[in-house]
Amino acid sequence: MSLYFTQDHEWIRVDGDIGTVGISPYAARQLGDVVYVELPGIGANPGRGDEIAVVESVKAASEIYAPVGGEITEVNKALEDDPGTVNDSADEDGWFLRMKLSDMSELESLMDEAEYREYCEGL
Amino acid sequence: MGDCKQTKLYNKHVACGGKMVPFAGYDMPVQYVPGIVGEHLHTREKCGLFDVSHMGQCFIGAGDGTFETAAKALERLVPADIQSLLPGQQRYTQLLNDDGGILDDLMVSRLGTRGRDHTLYLVVNAGCKARDFVHLKTCLPDGVNISVGDDTLSLIALQGPKAPDVLGALNPAVRNLVFMTGADVPLTDTIRAYVSRSGYTGEDGYEISVKHGDVEALAGILLEHEAVEMAGLGARDSLRMEAGLCLYGHDIGTHVSPIEAGLLWSIPKHRRAANANYMGAARIAADIADRSSRRLVGILPHGRAIAREHTEVHDLDGNAIGEITSGGFGPSVGGPVAMGYVARPFTKVGTDIHVIVRGKARPAKVVKLPFITHNYFRG
Repeated sequence: MSLYFTQDHEWIRVDGDIGTVGISPYAARQLGDVVYVELPGIGANPGRGDEIAVVESVKAASEIYAPVGGEITEVNKALEDDPGTVNDSADEDGWFLRMKLSDMSELESLMDEAEYREYCEGL
Repeated sequence: MGDCKQTKLYNKHVACGGKMVPFAGYDMPVQYVPGIVGEHLHTREKCGLFDVSHMGQCFIGAGDGTFETAAKALERLVPADIQSLLPGQQRYTQLLNDDGGILDDLMVSRLGTRGRDHTLYLVVNAGCKARDFVHLKTCLPDGVNISVGDDTLSLIALQGPKAPDVLGALNPAVRNLVFMTGADVPLTDTIRAYVSRSGYTGEDGYEISVKHGDVEALAGILLEHEAVEMAGLGARDSLRMEAGLCLYGHDIGTHVSPIEAGLLWSIPKHRRAANANYMGAARIAADIADRSSRRLVGILPHGRAIAREHTEVHDLDGNAIGEITSGGFGPSVGGPVAMGYVARPFTKVGTDIHVIVRGKARPAKVVKLPFITHNYFRG
């Protein structure tokens, strides 16, 4: 399993050709209290960089983009009743969706954990 | 933060972890460490301390030393009855322009202080205060003077059910003040303040006008109480929204009249005629007579998607019928809440409507304001 990050603070954890997507604890802290997550329909086929979800915090609505292209296979239903999970556990229980990657080579453009940490320190 | 002014509590905000943002020309705390939801819930459950020193404070007095002269002069500019104020009483009203549009909404008190009860004390919005002070200076007649208190006075709000215990520990007299009354009281051996039982959160509580030099010490004493936590502008906004209270520049402005904004309750019956003696009276009477074409209503979206300011409101057939002017997450409601203007046929409580969020029509309902029960102390 490997973990990748985007410059927009999404993470994707890849196991075989299935990727689990969420936002980083850094992003969750910046958003503040998350009160609603709008998730995509299963079977949707976003390309890399397409909007796949919207996170509503008390302050604002923020778009979440697909780190890579693929087909949505599962969404985290638990967020419907308890969107605050994104704040409490952004990198684990607060995952948004799973997708079947269409092109594994798209992962090469993403940051690994060390690179992402360095990227955040520079912000 | 550029040219932003700081209140006398700026260092306190930073020390408490306040996230400072520019607001109406001031660097103000939008939230502290607990965050907007935590501060909101703490205020409803216990007690929040808000710095509202950015708001404008001023005094109006007459050269002849009588209350009537000052009250009559201010009554030319607002629809409320000012002359009937007893010493210590406070009223919510609006400064109107000639067309009956709202220049600002404000609190007007007749000071309760012995020897100063001929003086009117006004608290106005931060974003409007410069214009308000010019308007007042221009429109008040000779012999009636305005003196601005911003250079000497800070203002803090202590809001929530524990507020009487907290402030009552400093001076038990504040427990006996009823909602919308005030008094000049000593709070420590050296600190005196003008304390009014009021606020803008829907909760019981006080607004405390105190000298700049005393505010940091007073805030420190209040924060020593275990029930009190600092609360920022973010919580202040979600609290007032749930309480169904208008925010100037969003729910009200020069383009709407108090009748359209649902503020008829703040205008006494004898001031509702077209010939009532204040600026904008004709518009008030006309809006009452022909039931204005739009009105501010409470809007409760179903689901969890937040319908924010400028969200379009449609009828069930997809016709645009209005717009949301305040909308967000209501922590005590546990979901989205909103206020907005809709066309007259849709103002009835219970009307099903749609709010258009991210291009999608989502079901919502017109509801009675407020979203939470006001918790005021009426004695």
